[in-house]
Amino acid sequence: MATLTAEPQLEPQRRIVPPPKKSRLGWQLLGVLVTWVVLWRVFGGQWTLESGVPSTIQDWLQSFVSNLGIVSFTQPIIAVLNALYNGGVWLTQQLGWTGMIGLCSALALIVAGWRMALLTIVGMLSFGVLGLWEPSMETLVLVAITVLLAILIGIPLGIACGLSTRFERFLMPVLDTLQIMPSFAYLPIVTLFFLIGPPSGIVASLIYAVPPTIRLTSVGIRQVASASVEAAESLGATSRQVLRDVQLPMSRRTRVVGINQTVMAALSMITIAALVATPGLGQSVLGSLQILDIGGALNSGLAIVVMAIVLDRVISAASNRAGEIAPSKRSRYTVWAVAAALIVAGVILPVIVPSSAKWNAAWTHSIADSVNSATPWLKDHLYPFTTAMTEWITVWVINPLESLLTDTPWFMVIAVWAVLALLVGKYRTAITVGLCLIGCVLLGLWPDSMVTLTQVIIAAAFTMVLGLLIGTWIGRSQTADRVWRPILDAGQVMPPFVYLVPCLALFGPTRFTAIVAAIIYAAPAAIKIVGEGISTVPTNTIEASRSAGATSTQEILKVQIPMARPIIMVALNQGVIYVMAMVVVGGLVGGGGLGYDVVKGFSQERFAGIGLAAGIAIVLLGVMLDRISQSAGRVRRTSSDVR
Amino acid sequence: MVRVEKGTSVVNTRRKFAAVGVVAAAALMLSACAGSASNGGGSSAAPSTSGGGASTAACPATPVQIAENPWVGYSADVAVVDYVLRTKLNCQTKISKVDEQVSWQGFASGQIDVILENWGHEDLAKKYITDQKVATDLGTDGNQGVIGWYVPKWMADKYPDITDWNNLNKYADLFKTAESGDKGQLLDGDPSYVTNDEALVKNLKLNYVVKYAGSEAGLITALQTATEKKTPLLMYFYEPQWALAKYPVAQVKLPAYTAGCDADAKAVACDYPPYALNKVARTAFIDAGGPAANLIKNFQWTNDDQNQVAAAIQGGATYDDAAKAWVDANPDKVAAWTAGG
Repeated sequence: MATLTAEPQLEPQRRIVPPPKKSRLGWQLLGVLVTWVVLWRVFGGQWTLESGVPSTIQDWLQSFVSNLGIVSFTQPIIAVLNALYNGGVWLTQQLGWTGMIGLCSALALIVAGWRMALLTIVGMLSFGVLGLWEPSMETLVLVAITVLLAILIGIPLGIACGLSTRFERFLMPVLDTLQIMPSFAYLPIVTLFFLIGPPSGIVASLIYAVPPTIRLTSVGIRQVASASVEAAESLGATSRQVLRDVQLPMSRRTRVVGINQTVMAALSMITIAALVATPGLGQSVLGSLQILDIGGALNSGLAIVVMAIVLDRVISAASNRAGEIAPSKRSRYTVWAVAAALIVAGVILPVIVPSSAKWNAAWTHSIADSVNSATPWLKDHLYPFTTAMTEWITVWVINPLESLLTDTPWFMVIAVWAVLALLVGKYRTAITVGLCLIGCVLLGLWPDSMVTLTQVIIAAAFTMVLGLLIGTWIGRSQTADRVWRPILDAGQVMPPFVYLVPCLALFGPTRFTAIVAAIIYAAPAAIKIVGEGISTVPTNTIEASRSAGATSTQEILKVQIPMARPIIMVALNQGVIYVMAMVVVGGLVGGGGLGYDVVKGFSQERFAGIGLAAGIAIVLLGVMLDRISQSAGRVRRTSSDVR
Repeated sequence: MVRVEKGTSVVNTRRKFAAVGVVAAAALMLSACAGSASNGGGSSAAPSTSGGGASTAACPATPVQIAENPWVGYSADVAVVDYVLRTKLNCQTKISKVDEQVSWQGFASGQIDVILENWGHEDLAKKYITDQKVATDLGTDGNQGVIGWYVPKWMADKYPDITDWNNLNKYADLFKTAESGDKGQLLDGDPSYVTNDEALVKNLKLNYVVKYAGSEAGLITALQTATEKKTPLLMYFYEPQWALAKYPVAQVKLPAYTAGCDADAKAVACDYPPYALNKVARTAFIDAGGPAANLIKNFQWTNDDQNQVAAAIQGGATYDDAAKAWVDANPDKVAAWTAGG
């Protein structure tokens, strides 16, 4: 869910500037690449920093972590978070499964309508059917607390960003860092401040989940038409009145999109926080991972996906309804009556029918066993194909590119990237890119950074290919969209730990496995954005091209893709950022590089310095790729329109 | 127009949120009534760990906090100790699934009372036992830790001399992969453990390169594939480990370990030392004494014992079922743990 928005104001002008002549840019890029290959042939293997350089930054980080003790000033915060968590869980236990379903469906009914109430009931029943009612409720409580805090913190900050450009300039890099910095890198430090258990889980999720709310609150305020603001001002409204009566109400929908993103981000992080004893579904996933129980992991993963989809749909429906005409009084009374009935029914049912008080084990049908019995067959039939593919891509794609990046002298690599940045962007882009790469050198992690960069580039390329193919398809066909969307949702919210073992079984512990994991996570976002772009190409343009006799291939290649180009560049940008988010997971499946360094730092305190340094290097690479892909897009990004 | 519409929707929203609050409060009140009613039916999910006053010797007032580190052998330790604490001693327990480094932090914060199977970690031992004095070494838990290089058993059968490091270069071609290029691949992996393998490969002049699987899951899956598909594999691995019962291996002999031969990390050219796995406890918890502390001091069993319970857990048994089966079969061992409390 990492979304970056930078320099949002200078865009109107920029958009008018025509992109540089494509053919010339193409030749220039080719020229740079050829030069690079020549340099690699001539100087390859020298000045590669292979043996590592002593890094004072790493040493400093190490001694920082070693000397950190348990702190005490966070005690009150820990107490509050624990109280919230325990209270929430107590509430779910008091209500029981019938009461919780009654309460949640009533809420869905009020804010989002009949269909969403039904979806909520079905979704929550499935937690019971999968045999995961209690961990699901724990996760739900954790997400609710995280989102509540994110709203309390994020909306005021977002408003400040929306009103003050200077404040936004200051805050945006911080948000970028929060979203790209791998949580593995800071989890052990969070536990020093907030101890193991729910408080650390909530804080770690909050760090990761609050940026979208801030960003979209700010974007929303800036999007309010200046005519509306001026009109209000000319009527003598004070700036506070303008904010309260014009800017906030008119930006509500954008804000809800931000909160929606925050919910998704919190849900994905709370499962990773299981590593520091945060309860919930993440624990079930981790437990299955330890014993390579693919079915068990998938079972828990499915519960998380269901929760994500229900939350997403309910919140989206609620925000879409905001603009509709208010329902008549009578239908509103009906809604209220039904909502009340749902709650009363849920709470009373166990009293009347005592056997329904506890979820009946006979209703539970975990998918674990059927998955586990199907996996050997799948593995036997797919394995020859997947190993051949891994072998081929490793030898012909990964190895050559990695050699190009790691064996060329480091300063030449930096120069090449700076020139590339200059070609697609401005001198400022080139400077940023150069500084980021020099940072990797100073952190003492140059070779590992290049290993990671190789995998990121390849994963991003695959992601874009998939994004264009499937995105065009779902953009052109409603049916395809309906079929693909649940799969895409699942890919985005399924915790990576769930597909780690199947990926390992099919592709082995290799760098390609790391790339596959990144694609699974990043491609859905790219596909959704491309689909959005294709489907918003005005119909009269398409009809015009049809009447001119264009075939559907021509229609796609000459009309839809070129017209959707700005949004496709957003897809590229988001694809890259999402791939960066999976670098650490890649380290867990054989990717090596910075991802492995971070995991090592998480596991052993003596490597905490290198782990943190690697986390910072990942942020630097992320910023660099973000700036390059943004310049290539030359378009204002209205951030996370992912869902 | 727009403003009017938005205006109504805001009013709607505010009302809605107020309404949601009312709904939630009503639900709470209702459930409070219903809850007290249904408590009688034994249906409430209220905490069930109350130790009660059945036991004569005093358990700690708060639950015994056991760290559960992420490997199945350790889970077996936890299953049995937890089961005995609850059923034989009527103590409450709290199990925290955390990584090793985070477990040690728990001694300082008071959130962890005991680590049942510690692998080395001299840096953490120095910090928390020697310097901060918040933790105490309780000696061995009876398990012997082995770290080394392994090949799947079918390879040792087919190439009997492969289990001697002197012959590894002869077989380097077998272990070539797309990852390792023109050298043989030595698969390392779990970042929680110390490895000297890069230095070993260099100092023993082996024509190999170390690749990192990155996780225990990565190593075990590789072993699984190598066993089932009969593909060659040379890997860094360790015992006790449940996967070894399922996928048999043979250990490769490295130059014998002598005390101090691994002192210089860059010049290591010998095997890993044997690890006597030990228990570590929070000093305040152990000093307070009582039956729980006594049990944890006395807890000891063999690799075989642990593997039995671990295999049951891996096969899908609950911790309690796996522990009960072993405890019922080994009453004398359990009696020795609880004696003297």
